[in-house]
Amino acid sequence: MDIHKLQEIVHKTRDARRKQTIPKYAPAERDTLIKKYHPDFRESAYRPIKFGPNAGDKTVRELAALLEGDSPVPAGQDLAPAHSCDVLVVGGGGAGCAAALHAHAQGARVILATKLRLGDSNTVMAQGGMQIAVTNEDSPVTHFLDTLKGGHMKNDHDLLKVMVEEGPSIAQWLLSLGVLFDRDADGNLHVKKGGGSSKPRLLTASDYTGLEIMRVLKDEVLNQKIQLLEFSAAVELLSDKGVCTGAVLRDLDNKRFFVVAARTVILATGGIGRLHIQGFPTSNHFGATGDGLAMAYRMGAKLMHIDTFQYHPSGAVYPEQLIGALVTEGIRSEGGQLVNAKGERFVNELDTRDVVSSSIIRECEEGRGIRTMSGRIGVWLDTPLLEVEQGEGTLLKHFPAMVRQYERFGINIAKDPVLIYPTLHYQNGGVKIDVNGESQVKNLFVAGEASGGLHGRNRLMGNSLLDLMVYGKRSGLTAAARAKSGSQGKLTLDHVTQFRGEAKKHHASADVVSPMLFPAYAKKE
Amino acid sequence: MGDINKENVIDQEEVLHPKMVTVEIAGKKYDVPEGITVIKALWYAGQEVIRGIGCLGGFCGACATYYRTKDDPKVRTCLACQTAVQDGMSFSMVPPFPARKAVYNMAELKDPKQDLFSLYPEAPLCRNCNACTEACPQTIDVREGVWRAVFGDFKAVSEMFMDCVMCGLCTPVCIADIAPNLVALYASRAQGAHFTEKPERLEHRIKEIADGKYRDEWTRVLKMSEQELVKVCAELK
Repeated sequence: MDIHKLQEIVHKTRDARRKQTIPKYAPAERDTLIKKYHPDFRESAYRPIKFGPNAGDKTVRELAALLEGDSPVPAGQDLAPAHSCDVLVVGGGGAGCAAALHAHAQGARVILATKLRLGDSNTVMAQGGMQIAVTNEDSPVTHFLDTLKGGHMKNDHDLLKVMVEEGPSIAQWLLSLGVLFDRDADGNLHVKKGGGSSKPRLLTASDYTGLEIMRVLKDEVLNQKIQLLEFSAAVELLSDKGVCTGAVLRDLDNKRFFVVAARTVILATGGIGRLHIQGFPTSNHFGATGDGLAMAYRMGAKLMHIDTFQYHPSGAVYPEQLIGALVTEGIRSEGGQLVNAKGERFVNELDTRDVVSSSIIRECEEGRGIRTMSGRIGVWLDTPLLEVEQGEGTLLKHFPAMVRQYERFGINIAKDPVLIYPTLHYQNGGVKIDVNGESQVKNLFVAGEASGGLHGRNRLMGNSLLDLMVYGKRSGLTAAARAKSGSQGKLTLDHVTQFRGEAKKHHASADVVSPMLFPAYAKKE
Repeated sequence: MGDINKENVIDQEEVLHPKMVTVEIAGKKYDVPEGITVIKALWYAGQEVIRGIGCLGGFCGACATYYRTKDDPKVRTCLACQTAVQDGMSFSMVPPFPARKAVYNMAELKDPKQDLFSLYPEAPLCRNCNACTEACPQTIDVREGVWRAVFGDFKAVSEMFMDCVMCGLCTPVCIADIAPNLVALYASRAQGAHFTEKPERLEHRIKEIADGKYRDEWTRVLKMSEQELVKVCAELK
């Protein structure tokens, strides 16, 4: 059927829906819904990890294979260092840049290595905003409780308390660098309400919050003349009696390995969207392949909550070119409603992401979805409603990135609703860290999405940007101080030898090599 | 996917009438499915892309591309992840351009509007050719932005360039060797760091935290059992 015919029901039911309120789910109902429909509970997608620090724990098959995977570095590799430094930061997104800048400010010799360009990351795409409790009606404690509720009470309390308390000073730091957050008429920071939050707390820069932060941090890394190694992918860590001492990288232009000796290493390698777990499309950048998890795991760092992932409720389903791309949650924050094929709402749009995603999957599985000829399915997000409620031009004013993205493919979201379905968005867990970002391996730090514990089993919208800045900073500061007081250890692959021994004992598949670095999209025949 | 009403299926031209089109990638012809994005066309042609790929969401500016459509002499620009291919299209990804970025210490600038002329002395030499504006895949009025920066209207620059993905396509076309995106980034940062009010409420909150205003509440909350916490959380609306 013509898409406009199918959209008619959304237009027709709009007035009636406007007056309708849908309560959020009570905890018990929420759990039932999630257990029945959330992809985290699809047993067949999971298996136990065979060996290593998380032996016996279940995770998705795609990740388990990479964790058990072999190192690409041969045992006899020459380990003479090409570079040496105090702090090696792996990853050039928000957490990596924050870590590098703070370590550099302490006088540490910093190298920032990234497999793509500086700034290529998920951070740059973050649209919704950054949660920081700045208003009089709000407090860091309320922020803490909201996050805990969203995370199913499984969040590490210490990590979380630090994040919410350091939020305001992080905002101040970013402002001092020139980040332009939206303001109220009186000059105070404008706040929006995010899904799963009891108070408006999202600081935003239009719907380009991540881009704005990333532009500034990138520029600052260049101003500070921090040594950069772009198109250089970390593929293995180096150790001296279990302590991290550097990394082996691959120059992606000439494919050669080279070694960086580092007193401390900070992994800021981000998430796993490009593993397309359970076949889901993803909102993630091209390099989101969980490299840090595989490298840290081989060295003996424990991971946590790696059985839980966030499926962002509103990934684009139509047109085909935008599949997986995000339709920002901001649209729902501003009143955009989700509507099934019968023209009905079916969830409070501002419930937590796991609840909203589960309910969309429920609608689709129970026959109230809208399909596309290429075999996708979804529900409507009533974007024109924002224009009706808040006046013509609202979408263009508040969501220029969104309007632009659809406009390129001939769709006017101010006039027509868009079709959405959950898209693989975020790795809730990761490498277990302490409040300074250090993993269980000495001198190996992890910051941002690659780390785990802070967000529990479901990250609250807007908490990722804050996580990146706070733990980027803390890991950077701690690593710099550690480097100052310590010395450079030996560069060995002893942990790899040991890991290979374990792998052999457990009959791990010999043909999986990790980290993966990039998805294999190029057609080979 | 359950029993879905057959009527709830959106027509898709590419499924109804699948069609291959011929495109020219860096001078070589390939047949690819009509309507896929430029980046997917590269993959379809069997090419690995490492330089020239990033977020795949239209935000990072890594995939800046020149293209031309059939029989049209005009060479246009696009982001490869955000543009659909059509028959007869020719395209090439843009290699990194060695533009000069000025190095500055944002906090220590005394007079950022004047400093623009020492950091980017080429900025006022714009010859109004408008090529930068035409090259912008984000449809920013780049030329106007450069002039606004030169005249010290940093606020306008910061608003105009909020959409800027730093793809740098405005730079190689500039006959005055200006890197407009870098000039705009400087002006925007200066606007934020030097010409924007300090948010009072934020400063107040930082002081409250430092003064231990929340200490008792933290003690109370952190002592709670999980059950008590669940109850408190359930009351948050």
